[in-house]
Amino acid sequence: MSGLASYACFFFTVALTYGVATLGLNLQWGSAGLFNVGVAGFAAVGAYAAAWLTAAPAAGHWGGFQLPIALGWIGAMAAAALAAAILGAITLRLRADYLAITTFGAAVTIELVALNAQTLTGGPFGIAFIPKPFEALADRPLAFGAANLALVAAVAALAYWALERLTGSPWGRVLRALREDEAAAASLGKAPDAFRLQAFVIGAALIGLAGAMQAQFFGFIAPDNYLPVLTFQVWVMLVVGGSGNNRGALLGALAVWALWSFSGTALAALLPGTLQARGAALRVVAIGVVLAGVLLLRPRGLIGERATVSRHISG
Amino acid sequence: MTALAVRDLVAGYDPALPIVRGVSFDLAGGAILALLGPNGAGKSTLAKAVAGLVTVVSGSIHLRGTPLGDVPAHARLRRGLGFVPQTDNVFAGLTVAENLAIAAAILPRAGRAGRIAAMLTLFPDLAAARRGAAGRLSGGQRQMLAMARALIAAPAVLVLDEPSAGLSPKLVGVVMARLRDIAATGVAVLLVEQNVRAALAIADHALILVEGRVAHAGGGATLRDDPAVAALYLGGRHAA
Amino acid sequence: MIAQILVDGITSGAMIGLGAIGLTLTYGLLRFANFAHGEFATWGAYLALLVAGAIGPADPLGPLTFGWPLLAALAASMVLTALLAAALDGVLFRRLRRHGSAITLVIASFGASLALRSALEFGFGPQPWYYTRDIAMTVRLGPGMRATWDQLAVLGLAIVLMLAMHLLMTRTPLGRAMRAVSENPDLARLAGIDPARIVRVTWLLGGALAASAGVFLGVTVQLRPSMGFELLLPLFAAAILGGIGSVPGAMLGGLIIGIAEAASVPLAGAQYRAAVAFVVMLAMLLVRPSGLFGGRGG
Ligand SMILES: Nc1ncnc2c1ncn2[C@@H]1O[C@H](COP(=O)(O)OP(=O)(O)O)[C@@H](O)[C@H]1O
Ligand SMILES: [Mg+2]
Repeated sequence: MSGLASYACFFFTVALTYGVATLGLNLQWGSAGLFNVGVAGFAAVGAYAAAWLTAAPAAGHWGGFQLPIALGWIGAMAAAALAAAILGAITLRLRADYLAITTFGAAVTIELVALNAQTLTGGPFGIAFIPKPFEALADRPLAFGAANLALVAAVAALAYWALERLTGSPWGRVLRALREDEAAAASLGKAPDAFRLQAFVIGAALIGLAGAMQAQFFGFIAPDNYLPVLTFQVWVMLVVGGSGNNRGALLGALAVWALWSFSGTALAALLPGTLQARGAALRVVAIGVVLAGVLLLRPRGLIGERATVSRHISG
Repeated sequence: MTALAVRDLVAGYDPALPIVRGVSFDLAGGAILALLGPNGAGKSTLAKAVAGLVTVVSGSIHLRGTPLGDVPAHARLRRGLGFVPQTDNVFAGLTVAENLAIAAAILPRAGRAGRIAAMLTLFPDLAAARRGAAGRLSGGQRQMLAMARALIAAPAVLVLDEPSAGLSPKLVGVVMARLRDIAATGVAVLLVEQNVRAALAIADHALILVEGRVAHAGGGATLRDDPAVAALYLGGRHAA
Repeated sequence: MIAQILVDGITSGAMIGLGAIGLTLTYGLLRFANFAHGEFATWGAYLALLVAGAIGPADPLGPLTFGWPLLAALAASMVLTALLAAALDGVLFRRLRRHGSAITLVIASFGASLALRSALEFGFGPQPWYYTRDIAMTVRLGPGMRATWDQLAVLGLAIVLMLAMHLLMTRTPLGRAMRAVSENPDLARLAGIDPARIVRVTWLLGGALAASAGVFLGVTVQLRPSMGFELLLPLFAAAILGGIGSVPGAMLGGLIIGIAEAASVPLAGAQYRAAVAFVVMLAMLLVRPSGLFGGRGG
């Protein structure tokens, strides 16, 4: 019974870290219309920054500053924000689909650096022994799990509250106006690029924070945690929940993480032993099909996006 | 026989917000109908609805007696409808010859060269520029190419959206004269225009569209001489 | 060494160019960046593996490592992948085009890409496959300049395919219609062209050319489920470099990316090869977003 309860704690803890990443993506896409296909890259930047700042010195990689976890998370947000500021300054003035391609390219490049800059990142072996929050409770699984869940729930709630305030503020209204009709908003004297860059940077900071939290809960990171499939997961969470809606973002994260975990368990139970290793691939196919289905059948997601003006193309 | 018959046409970009709100007219072969009215009245929308580029909400369009309701835009040229849009009316990245060849492709293979030659005779300016990109043509030449492209398949109805826009008064005269020649061969011409004087000079009939409805209709000469009409809808500024 | 960089760069650049043609055409026509395009190359390579396996072994052609079965498999896989591309458009993209925004399409293509790749990984496993285990024979082209006969054969075939594609686009009614629809879909409809037909043809051609790139990559390197996905960034870079919608642009862009990648190896090491396309693409977007051939970017 307590095994189930601590599993539930673990499940919701991980789901809520995804929820924070989805909130960040929702600010970028749902509010500002910025198309970030490099979620995994920003999560990686946050995760490695937190690992460097909080872990003990080790021979295999850089860092080892042993700072408190809270400082590690702030550092992670700052690092992801900086990466977004640099990339955004170059690409935000370009068309939406070029931003998609360049953020994708940035994520691929970040993954390459994580894999190959051995002395910094530990290369393919990654970074281990990242301190966990509430390590003192580690021998009491339920209390440990509950404390972690309480922490990440508090962070997610804080992020949710801050984003609701932000998107409801005049700043958020300008963002939405820009998304709907750039020409009209620009004619009101709002500099579109500055607003967009701010949304892009804040969103990336949240994604970096999510990466840092995951690193800290798992205690271990490696480059193959930050493959494009992570980007895809977060996007599916947003699309399923309904973009433009912070509650939908959190709900989508929960629903898709549940589906992901469940399909993993189901495949493990159903597939014969020889195919187990390939089961992970089938899981991605399943999630891809779910996404296509949602896009085709419920394009506004579970909760539903507020009505937006989208440009249709013919052919 | 009626080449183009439009009945109670309601059309627009959003079914809830029709732009054309119940327009009817008939156009006979060999006649020119001028479609006039202030900016935003829905003239272009009406023309595009006839061409199949804008959704028809209700009402009907008949081309030589057959309804066009379900005929997609790309099949209307074959049915005998040529359309010259107001802007972007040539393929700028293709050569003049390629522009003509594209529209000629719907003709039987044997007839293509002859029709292209006929167009180059009708618009001699184009013959010299054949190998060049259409994007390099002058405004007047572009308009000629767009008309040639629409005419090449020998349509029964030719619809033009503001062919005089951006042309010098002299070129406007040339275009209007060409249109009169074209109508004289039996083609029905629907001429959307802002240049009221030039259009009424060649039109047999005219409609004045205001907020998607026909506000005035009559013979070209009658409307031209009607001072009330001129004052109300046409405005002195257009009487160039 | 410079000469060797050119040889390697031109061969891989030709494959990038072949793949980028389809990408730039669908991008120009449908105004959406198809992240699943690289998977057509992967599927093409694996489909050829299946077909060649079904035909059975045969003597290699001259100094090459493969025989006629692989050429037959290349043709078959181009046809099959063309159908796959058209089918993906039919069941997914076409419906989304009717209801969604261009961005929905991009996300759907990202999902389709992962699903297509993972399906192959499920079927063939993550380990590499080879069309043949024979050792490729090399030929000395000049001082410090070597290539395998396989590389030369692949380069020759790629040039033939590109030339054919170029002639199709510039000399045939179909190519003319494709350029017309890409430039102005509404006007093309008014000129009697059915855009749906052109869209279908474009997917077929793009899928077939991507498949050929995948087979060539399989011949000169190996087959892995991620081969096409790793090609995606170079493909986008080539398409943007050449100007979206431009076929000669995609070919030239592919060549430039291929040579830049090969040139980066002695400087930064082979492991950063994939980042080169990203850097070249960023530089191009900063300097001239419409591309060398002035496509529809900006
Ligand atoms: N593509 C479009 N989408 C939505 N509304 C349009 C579009 N084109 C024109 N309109 C609207 O339709 C109305 C009529 O436009 P139009 O037919 O171009 O008028 P006209 O040609 O008489 O000047 C205008 O209010 C215009 O804003
Ligand atoms: Mg108009």
